[in-house]
Amino acid sequence: MTPIEFTPSLLVDRRATRPPPVPRRSTAGILFGDLTSALLTIVTGGLILLAAPAIAKWAIIDAVWTTGNPSACQQAGACWAFIADKLRFILFGVYPPEQQWRPLVVIGLVLLGVLMTLAPALWGRRLIIGWTVLVAVMLALMWGGFLGLSFVPTSRWGGLPVTLLLAVVSLGLGFPFAVLLALGRRSAWPVTRFLSVFTIEIVRGLPLVGLLFVASILLPLLLPADWTIDKLGRTVAALTVFAAAYLAEVVRGGLQGVPVGQQEAARALGIPYWKTVCYIVLPQAIQKVIPPLTNTAIIMVKNTSLVMIVGVFDMLGAGRSAATDPAWPAPYPEIYLFVASIYFVICYGISRYSLWLERRVREKDYQ
Amino acid sequence: MRGNDWTILVFAGALLVGTTISTPGQAQSTIETVKKRGHVICGASQGTVGFGAPDSNGYWRGLDVETCRAIAVAIFNDRDKIEFVPLSGQQRIPALQTGEIDVLPRTLTWTLRRDGNGINPTFANYYEYTGFMMPKALGVTKVDEMAGASVCVQTGSTTEVVVNDVSTKHNLGLKPVIFDNVAATRQAFFSGRCDALITDAAALASVRATQAKNADDYVIFPATQYMDALAPAVRHGDDQWFDTVKWSIQALLAAEMYGITQANADQMLTSSDPRIRRFLGVEPGNGTALRLDEKFAYNIVKQLGNYAEIFDRNLGKGSPLKIERGPNRLFRDGGLMFPLDFQ
Amino acid sequence: MLTHLWYSERARSWLIQGLLLGGVACFLYWVCGNTAANLAARGIRVGYEFLWRTARFPISESVIPYSPADTFLWAFVVGIANTLFISLLAIVSSTVVGLLVALARRSGNPLLAGITGGYVTAVRNTPLIVQLLFWYALATTALPAPRNAFNPIDGVFISLRGIFLPQVHLSGDTTTFAALALSIIVVTTMMVGIARRWNVPLRGALVMIAVVTALGAVAAVNDIRISVSTPELRGLNFVGGFRLSSEFTALMLGLVIYTSAFIGEIIRGGIDAIGKGQWEAARALGLNERKTLSRIIIPQALRIIIPPLTTQYLSTVKNTTLALAVGYPELGLIVGTVINQTGQAIESIVIMLAVFLTISIAVSLVMNRYNRKIALVQP
Repeated sequence: MTPIEFTPSLLVDRRATRPPPVPRRSTAGILFGDLTSALLTIVTGGLILLAAPAIAKWAIIDAVWTTGNPSACQQAGACWAFIADKLRFILFGVYPPEQQWRPLVVIGLVLLGVLMTLAPALWGRRLIIGWTVLVAVMLALMWGGFLGLSFVPTSRWGGLPVTLLLAVVSLGLGFPFAVLLALGRRSAWPVTRFLSVFTIEIVRGLPLVGLLFVASILLPLLLPADWTIDKLGRTVAALTVFAAAYLAEVVRGGLQGVPVGQQEAARALGIPYWKTVCYIVLPQAIQKVIPPLTNTAIIMVKNTSLVMIVGVFDMLGAGRSAATDPAWPAPYPEIYLFVASIYFVICYGISRYSLWLERRVREKDYQ
Repeated sequence: MRGNDWTILVFAGALLVGTTISTPGQAQSTIETVKKRGHVICGASQGTVGFGAPDSNGYWRGLDVETCRAIAVAIFNDRDKIEFVPLSGQQRIPALQTGEIDVLPRTLTWTLRRDGNGINPTFANYYEYTGFMMPKALGVTKVDEMAGASVCVQTGSTTEVVVNDVSTKHNLGLKPVIFDNVAATRQAFFSGRCDALITDAAALASVRATQAKNADDYVIFPATQYMDALAPAVRHGDDQWFDTVKWSIQALLAAEMYGITQANADQMLTSSDPRIRRFLGVEPGNGTALRLDEKFAYNIVKQLGNYAEIFDRNLGKGSPLKIERGPNRLFRDGGLMFPLDFQ
Repeated sequence: MLTHLWYSERARSWLIQGLLLGGVACFLYWVCGNTAANLAARGIRVGYEFLWRTARFPISESVIPYSPADTFLWAFVVGIANTLFISLLAIVSSTVVGLLVALARRSGNPLLAGITGGYVTAVRNTPLIVQLLFWYALATTALPAPRNAFNPIDGVFISLRGIFLPQVHLSGDTTTFAALALSIIVVTTMMVGIARRWNVPLRGALVMIAVVTALGAVAAVNDIRISVSTPELRGLNFVGGFRLSSEFTALMLGLVIYTSAFIGEIIRGGIDAIGKGQWEAARALGLNERKTLSRIIIPQALRIIIPPLTTQYLSTVKNTTLALAVGYPELGLIVGTVINQTGQAIESIVIMLAVFLTISIAVSLVMNRYNRKIALVQP
């Protein structure tokens, strides 16, 4: 007779907690297992087989790759030669050609800043200072007017650097306002709360195009006559206000996730309010909202393309303008695909990074 | 006392004091603003070759551009002390009203309501029909054959109203397709989205010469029998700036009348004709009257040439557009351009 | 005494709030003062009387009748109607497509899931305006001119001017149509009433048959004639039939493709969030896949889906302003035109902002009510 085994409750049979075995199915089984999946596979596969050759024929086989002969594009597939020929114009717009190393350096600096930001170990005050210095250097480089660099007015800035600067500057300037608005919205004081809610909801209720109209047409009327802000500056103002309102809601979500005890403990220790916010509450709040924060960053990068509507010469505007050259047969779809792919690289990069970061934060929590 | 309270207190106080102190003062006159800034800001189109477009080096060229440069010369004696701000049709009027630009060159048709709405046209320096451009293949050569045609129109221009007027008058049932952007409008026309494109006939000629694959495939004809006057415009309420702009434009016309060119301006200084001497500032008085340099007219001609030279090199014989001067000749040659007396 | 007041938390908070309010009021006063001074200096007259003047500019297409002889006010109304129309159409069709996208991504079929996954990633990571311009460029460069239009079925023409379809016209006087509408309402209410009263399950097919019969009866009595007009190429353009302009087509295509990628992800997230046990329990009860989804999973998932879906609907309404890039006359394009025709920039922009705020608030209210209705009732 075997003795009755005593199992302490902590030593549960580990087999019971394992997920049930997944029946292994062959690829053919997955694709054609039952009627529905077979139908789905056949229809989808059929569509792919129909579309893929046509797309490949247009984009690769019939496409024109060799530059210098615009007429070759007349009766052919995609005119990639055009993109190659106008690459400088699409990337830098009407920036003086002999000075175009400056916007190129600016793009490099943005990449540098992004690399700096990638490692969470570097996050902190130094990163903020680093970005501020970088943006200042970028703006100085674009403007010039010192050390023998010729002055370039903003009306001649264009292309990718404008797109990147608009996104970086509006997010950077918008963030402090966002924190203030979020704190105001959670404040116990009715006046502060009302002002914050009012601002946030009004801005979020309006389309960005409307805000850009306000900035480009109304703003000069609201300011004293001798204050002149150029078109790019006013566009940045509109994007900043927009970013601030959206970021504020994200930050508020994070603030809500920080236990009240944290703030009460800080207060009990006699730590002043602003120090509590800056060193105790905000770091915890922001860590909780990294995915929506990066999401807002993606939205802002995409939204910079709307400035074309008020005539700011961003990458999209430069691309469209390049396509008016009569030597080439109006290759608009190619231009838009190219511009879209640059946006895709930036936005997809941010979203992948966000996923990685999220996983890292989660793993850290488990330890 | 907690730190945050002080911060908010100081912030609110600063806001209070700051806003009370800087109540709107008297706006500076435009010419003072321009002089302080160091350059003139001129509204430009989004690129119509011959009137205003940057060349491949980004240097702005065209009739409108040179008109603006004349103002810069009158004030600074330097045709490059100028910045061009490209504006869409709907941005140009607010930009002028709000002071983003100092002057809006020719692109604006002179109409009563614009005049009444804060815009002051200075002096017409271009007369033009509104025209339609259509592909020759459609076989249409005049307005009453256009029944049912779709027309690409840019918002923010008088052409929207012209399309409607023409359509009503001839009972054509024109179908407008409206865009907010010059490039989009022209793209739509050349892709075949519309049968016709409407704008000033000279601008159409420019578009045809520079953006059509084959210029001979397109025909241009007038949309109305009425001619438009296009005039550089300034804001209401600043007479000194109005005068500066008006007489800078006049200087180009008068120089043509007196036969003064970029090349012979220096020889003309020794002319015995009192009118020419007054014009060139050899006999002083004009500059003082306008509070400009005595030689402002001489400087303009010396740096830019006269109206005829500017026209020829941007639009006429010396350009790819080859536009006839037609009504834009001086009155003595049968045109409508009337130089005023410089005294 | 004063220091005492300062150390009282309540008094201090009110003092500070008072100062803040004062600061904001001063700021507003300053802005208004600037505006008044600027307007006076530039000779711009503010006011809404221009709304009653004749607009004189054309609008390329509209869902309600418009002619240039109408007033500026009516032009704004046309813009608002167009905006509402494309918003509603985009929201409804994106929701349907989005649901399909979500189901496709969740389907066990790797081919389908892979393709929809790629579509969602590509669309979500590129700006909408670039996509709209791309579709519009494709519609106006890849399609043939009217003279060589594709003619896939008799009466249907696809050209770069748009898609032309045969249109069904009902001719009869207005009383007939009123009678038709009335009969639909009466029959439907009666059917629903009967079903409720005797607790009979209401079958869609049954209702349809009843409605069609009623319609047929009314039509026969009142002598309604049905005629079809087919588009034909006359002169420069197609005449007759029903037209979907290339601007409208590109706009709807772009908006729906973009929005349904987002909605698809929202729905998929909602479905994924429902515990596996619900699926297993439903299966154990013998419900088939479709019933499980529609009766068990979706109702629960809706609670998670509705709040982000509301946000998405709101941004879709705001996104319709991008239509001005492809030349569809929504409110933004009309506001731009009016500003140019009249110079009344402040008034026009105020109208635009007011309209969008109203739409935003209305959509939020409706969706919040719906959300409360489906929310879990906890005792």
